[in-house]
Formats: sequence, structure tokens, C-alpha cells
Amino acid sequence: MSAEEKSMSIIVTKGSLDWAYPPFILATTAAAMGVPVTMFFTFYGLPLLLKDLNLQLTAAGNPAMKMPMMGAHMGLPNILTAIPGIDAACSKMMKNLMNKKGVAPIEDLRELAVEAEVRLIACQMTMDLFEYSLDDMIEGPELGGAATYIEVATQSDINLFI
Amino acid sequence: MADQTLDAKGLNCPLPILKARKALKDVPAEGTLEILATDPGSVADFEAFCRQTGNELMEHSEDGGTYRFLIRKKAA
Repeated sequence: MSAEEKSMSIIVTKGSLDWAYPPFILATTAAAMGVPVTMFFTFYGLPLLLKDLNLQLTAAGNPAMKMPMMGAHMGLPNILTAIPGIDAACSKMMKNLMNKKGVAPIEDLRELAVEAEVRLIACQMTMDLFEYSLDDMIEGPELGGAATYIEVATQSDINLFI
Repeated sequence: MADQTLDAKGLNCPLPILKARKALKDVPAEGTLEILATDPGSVADFEAFCRQTGNELMEHSEDGGTYRFLIRKKAA
């Protein structure tokens, strides 16, 4: 059973360091397995197309975020997330951990996606709303709106909202 | 002896699969690609990859934490 008949679309709505991974991992792996993929970047997913990425994350309101530290899994109490600079520190720690464990940086996965001819669509409405221009973005994405996405979705076997 | 060897040790999902796909492009049809990986998830991943893409997973083995896969590229 070949994968040539199946295709996939992903709506990318989040842009934090942790949420950037699922869409890019799924898209690149599907493409590697012969599945044509379209990624539609909207709202907070749109900044994932910026030329310079400095993805951040926060432990605030994230009770499931427990990182391996000193032999146990530890979370950060919400009140501590209000400390200035703590999000940047946590983001740096996460990136270091990923580097240590051989997890690809988002920039690399994105480049692999472009190479694998994953179709990237930037939501026109979000571009206008947050005042981004295509010059801010990497080479490759096309502009589109909801109807563009709906058309892609009607022809895709797998449609994911991330 | 495989036509090509890919060292994917120390790389985590999805890099072993992505690099394997890239490496396979340079392998002639019905040629073989040997892949070394340390990611335990790569075992299931390569089986799925081969099923989906029609390439044949000829052998796979594990030796002290390093997994070895031998894939035969499908006929042209």
C-alpha cells in the first residue's frame, strides 16, 4: 500500500518553542514518507515563518511542563514565572536540552520542510493583523486565506489543527 | 557491503528518517543503504517508513545501544 494517494494538511496556530515542534515534525516526516503536505500558518503560528527565529516558551499555566532536573521531573510554580527574564532562561534551558539530546532545531526542520517541497501558506489576514510583510519571512511561503485552506483540506486525507 | 552508510547516531526523531530519505536519493535503484542510529524509536519508524515508501527493510539489528538498519531501495 503506497502513500502516493494520501495527502496531509496542517493548520499551525501556535508559535512557542514547544508548539512549533509537532507541526514541523509531522510535516517533514510525512513528506519523507511520500505524503504531500500543506502547512497553513495562522495567528501565533505565523511568526514561525520569520527569517530570524528566537522561539520562546513559558511554564506559566502549563501544569504538564515538568523538566528533568537533578534526577526528577520538576515544574516551575506559576508565581515564579512572573520573575523578569525567567521565560528567556527556561527557553534557553530547553534549547540546550534539545541540543544535548540530538533534537533538531526548528530552523533545521523548517529548512528540511522547504527542501521536501512542503507547501507553506501564510495567512493573509494574520499578516495584516500583526503587520508582517513577506519580506520578514523566509523564502517560499505563499499568501492565502481561509478559502485557500478549505480547498486544500477538502482534498487532503489528513487534516490536523495544531 | 551497503552502497551507502548513514550515521544517524545521536540524532532524535525525526532526523534519522529525514536523513535516510535524503541519503536514499543517492542510492541506485535496488541498491542498499545502511543506517546506524541510537534512537530507540527509529526501529518502529524505519519499519513504517519502508512499508509506506515501498523500500525494503532487509535487516535490522541492535548492538549495545546502536541500531543498524539495511534498506534496499525499491526498483525504478
